[in-house]
Amino acid sequence: MADTREITVTVNGQAQTREVETRLNLADFLRHELEMTGTHVGCEHGVCGACTVLVDGAAVRSCLMLAVQADGHEVTSIEGLAAADGALHPVQEAFWKNHGLQCGFCTPGMVISVAALLRDNPDPSEREVREAISGNICRCTGYQPIVAAALDAAKTLRQGG
Amino acid sequence: MKPAPFTYHDPTSIADVVALLARHEDAKLLAGGQSLMPMLNMRFVVPDDVIDLNGVADMNGIDDTGEALSIGAMTRQCELATSETVAARAPIVQQALSYVGHFQTRNRGTLGGSLCHLDPAAELPTVAAAYDAVLTAAGPDGARDIAFADWPLAYMMPNLAPEEVLTRITLPYWREAHGAAFVEFARRHGDFAIIGVAALLAVEGGRITRAAVAVGGADVRPLRLAEVEAMLVGEAPGEAAFAEAGALARKIDAMSDAYVTAEYRQRLAGVMVERALAQAAERANGEG
Amino acid sequence: MGVRYTGAQVQRMEDPRLLTGHGQYVDDMHLHGMLHAAFLRSSHAHASIRAIDTSAARALDGVHGVFTQADLGPAVAAKAMSQLYPAPVIKQDITQFPLASGEVCYVGETVAVVVADSRAIAEDALALIAVDYDPLPAIIDCRRALDADAPKAHLSSPDNFVGQLRSAFGDIDAAFAAADHVFSAAFMQHRGGCHAMETRGVLARDDQYGDGLTVWSSTQCPYLVRRALANYLGEAEERVRIIAPDVGGGFGPKAGFYPEEIVIPLVSRLLGRPVKWIEDRREHFTATTTQRDQQWDLEVACDKDGKILGLRGKVIHENGAYVPYGVLLAFTSLVPLPGAYVVPAVDVSLDIVFTNTTPNTPVRGAGRPNAIYAVERMIETIARELGLDPAEVRRRNFVRPDQMPYETGALLRDGSPVRYDSGDYEACMDQALDLADYAGFKARQEAARAQGRYLGIGVSAYIEDTGVGPYEGTTVRIEPSGKVLVRTGAASQGQGHHTMISQIVADQLGVTPEDIIFEAADTGKFPQGVGTIGSRVAANAGPSSHDAAGQVRDTALKLAAETLEAAVEDIELEDGVARVKGAPDLFVTLGDLALKLAPMSGVKVPAGFTPSLEATSYAGSAGAPIANGTNVAEVEVDIGTGEVRVLRYSVAHDCGNMINPMMVEGQIIGGVVHGIGNALFERMIYDDQGQPLTTNYGEYLLPLATEMPHIDIVHQVSPSPLNPLGVKGVGEGGTIPAAPAIIAAIENALADFGVVIDYYPVDPQYLTGLIDAAGAQAAE
Repeated sequence: MADTREITVTVNGQAQTREVETRLNLADFLRHELEMTGTHVGCEHGVCGACTVLVDGAAVRSCLMLAVQADGHEVTSIEGLAAADGALHPVQEAFWKNHGLQCGFCTPGMVISVAALLRDNPDPSEREVREAISGNICRCTGYQPIVAAALDAAKTLRQGG
Repeated sequence: MKPAPFTYHDPTSIADVVALLARHEDAKLLAGGQSLMPMLNMRFVVPDDVIDLNGVADMNGIDDTGEALSIGAMTRQCELATSETVAARAPIVQQALSYVGHFQTRNRGTLGGSLCHLDPAAELPTVAAAYDAVLTAAGPDGARDIAFADWPLAYMMPNLAPEEVLTRITLPYWREAHGAAFVEFARRHGDFAIIGVAALLAVEGGRITRAAVAVGGADVRPLRLAEVEAMLVGEAPGEAAFAEAGALARKIDAMSDAYVTAEYRQRLAGVMVERALAQAAERANGEG
Repeated sequence: MGVRYTGAQVQRMEDPRLLTGHGQYVDDMHLHGMLHAAFLRSSHAHASIRAIDTSAARALDGVHGVFTQADLGPAVAAKAMSQLYPAPVIKQDITQFPLASGEVCYVGETVAVVVADSRAIAEDALALIAVDYDPLPAIIDCRRALDADAPKAHLSSPDNFVGQLRSAFGDIDAAFAAADHVFSAAFMQHRGGCHAMETRGVLARDDQYGDGLTVWSSTQCPYLVRRALANYLGEAEERVRIIAPDVGGGFGPKAGFYPEEIVIPLVSRLLGRPVKWIEDRREHFTATTTQRDQQWDLEVACDKDGKILGLRGKVIHENGAYVPYGVLLAFTSLVPLPGAYVVPAVDVSLDIVFTNTTPNTPVRGAGRPNAIYAVERMIETIARELGLDPAEVRRRNFVRPDQMPYETGALLRDGSPVRYDSGDYEACMDQALDLADYAGFKARQEAARAQGRYLGIGVSAYIEDTGVGPYEGTTVRIEPSGKVLVRTGAASQGQGHHTMISQIVADQLGVTPEDIIFEAADTGKFPQGVGTIGSRVAANAGPSSHDAAGQVRDTALKLAAETLEAAVEDIELEDGVARVKGAPDLFVTLGDLALKLAPMSGVKVPAGFTPSLEATSYAGSAGAPIANGTNVAEVEVDIGTGEVRVLRYSVAHDCGNMINPMMVEGQIIGGVVHGIGNALFERMIYDDQGQPLTTNYGEYLLPLATEMPHIDIVHQVSPSPLNPLGVKGVGEGGTIPAAPAIIAAIENALADFGVVIDYYPVDPQYLTGLIDAAGAQAAE
């Protein structure tokens, strides 16, 4: 008999109650239980960062959390970043403008990490940006356009955009 | 890479944790999850039970006792990294944390988790070694204090009985004015150290009066370089002393593996000890 | 009609949905009744399989089936996979079975498959499968593979020899006899793996009485998969539909045809349920093809001024355990050999050898980085031995613009000569040197040395054959709504084809890219295609979309002229309408024109026109457009730790006309970082039993943002005469020259130590070993 628990996780502001196997990780919970496939799974050992989401506002690797550990907590995934009317978050806009994505697979985790960085450090140096995204692997862009996007978004956010 | 099935427990008190450990022989404690979850995902460990510590009371917090820094085992690395208390009383911890993984992993990873996982290349055990940290474990017979020198028993095996859980880490302060430095060589930012060095130096009247030098990554446990420490005491801090310290450090026993040879680890130990001491000395002088 | 979009930095059409988490990759697809698969893979590099007992696995709750090759059905039980690229030079054409039958030849080889309610349960069942292996000796080091006493990679083989390629032209003996100098160099090149952030994945649904078999695969080549799968199953291609949805990176290894692409459709058919398999990252290290080792032993003959007269030598090329991809990879290691230079005589032979490791197929650049590295090594050797500036040696040897089109002497697979179409290699190098402030480097180096720091600079120049044919077709169709449907065979893994092609079509038809409905990489929607490899899509799908849209444009102009009773020359297409120039009130919408050619019953199609306002073109390039460039790397070496930091990186790049300069730069930057990864970080280590030792991202090091430099780029534009757009490919141009530039820079930094590098990736341990071993004096 599989070990299961009923959990309620607030995802992008909406409470979601499901019964899940306790071995299910948070990334798979989002992707397969809730069918919110924006969060991606790239390595399942906590290095590539594709699975990055915010849990209670902190950027974490959702492949390294059990879904049951999110019971009673708040999760923000990539689907929750844009405004309710669909307006892109300034970080998303900046990625678009600066060609900060190619295949898009690392992108949700990358965008969440950059958004978390800029919330806590509104005026980062290039070095600080690179350190903040060093936990997100991109095979396509070579990082430079992502750094440009982050600095561009930082400027926009500082100006109240 | 999905874990094998297990039974999940989420106790709320230390007593409950101990009781669960006594009842379930094949259990793993889940702290920050940054080390255990990959191992579960890859089925390197296949426990019958997983005991989640994240909801357990009295395992968090950073307390300045006046004599020491007393840190709950489940205190998150990010909390340590931003704590003003730690910045004031044991800044080397924050230096070391700047090398520990990435900000996302520090948001979940804990001090206790790192010390119990005891990866030979991990930074926090090296700092604990340099500080002669005292680790407190709770078990069926009550609390037990373990000196860090006695903590690593073998490769990734801490001095914890099966029904014990690490609850607290104490870093006793240096009364002397001193400088401290943590330096590390890794291939990329956030990687485990190939060699990491924690150095504390007390300097008075132009002479070193106390030294602690710990090297991580060379062996299965952090090494306190007693010979180097003894050699440094009484010397004037400077290039000559530190070069000699580096040369001595290069002689430590180091392990070889598929990726890195013992000789290279030894070479790095020499280089990094020298650099750590130079930085520590600068800080002892109020520079750097 | 203006050219508004082509050449402009248009923001990508793909991005809004990818940025908001609405991409659709294979694992994002949930089909009703879908089951999940997991593969049992060999844990031995070489072994006989005595028996496989799946009974316990079958009995596990939630398991729907466990299959070995025999269980896949009598029609295929004894059927190995076919050779995708047959060639007479292949002496032992050994390919895999979809599931191993009797013998496994590399760790990671597929042995059995479990289908269950969830991936987790499928993995639980894997642990219950008992395989009785009889381990056999394994050959791992390609340099030993042809030794008389080497273990045989395959039990039934007499030896490990796959075949030999040779590039030979000119009078090599005369060249060496006449030379003032002959220098030699021996080096091992180790290129790494794929490591797209999305692993592979296959989802299959069989609808026997409906559309047939539909397979979604994370592939670069849906048409190759269709052909190979249809052949294997003995079915018509039309009954096998392959769709590449969003694909999270390809880089080469997703361009083949894999066992899983046979097994998953078959078990889906046998179980009557859709089945999905997603490769996990640990599998990816051994289950997805890779590049690895090549040992080069070369000699170069030159005159006293460093002008190259001839190049000769031998290469040993690691093939891995099977030959799924013919000799394409090996071939691309030889053909580019003269590089950007005039080399009158070449004689290099390449032995392809089996090893008991994951099969080797192209990874970004394929063998071109290897060939260019080899040539650049010889240039550096000449410079070092003759005491000449390495840029000057290149200057003396470059193919000159007045020599274009230049035939190098080498031959392509089809026997036609390798021909460089356009380019000014020296001018390009000068731009790179300028961008890198090469002239000011000596001062920087000396200033650093005074502080005890070791800086070095390295140059590399390259050419790249792009745009291999035969085609990548496009259909353009205007709908009654006025929207433009564009369908192409081209498959994208992040290259932005939707945007690039929309720019071209929008300009031809006077619409905006947003007016375009773009469909690609679906064999059910476009009849024939080839695939996204070798930087070929811009030079093939660019011309075909341009041509198809051009044909639609011509039809629209003609029909509009009739409708508006004006002369064709007086009509322009702009803003979605066809209108009389200078009389904007006289117009007809493109949608209405389309309606005229797609009437319902009772209405006639206008005389002289055929139904549907559409055209299909398979136009491509009349040969392979040759891109080129020069890279300059500036590094610092920490002689205490051996660490190499890349401080500055400059690229001068010529891919002809650029359709979207922003995307071109994205390809260059990404490619350079991949190449730096090959030069400094990416190493796939096997022990001598063939056990892989680098199977997670802590052990196998991919480039991270913190270690990568800022890359400056300047463009040179030498349009290609081989297609109407003047474009050349760009996808691999960043990767090809990166390793030689980095290695040359390291040697320059350590010149006082006399360090010569004979292996990459260069890691700090290796470098400190070289520093310690070299007896030269260093400035203190």
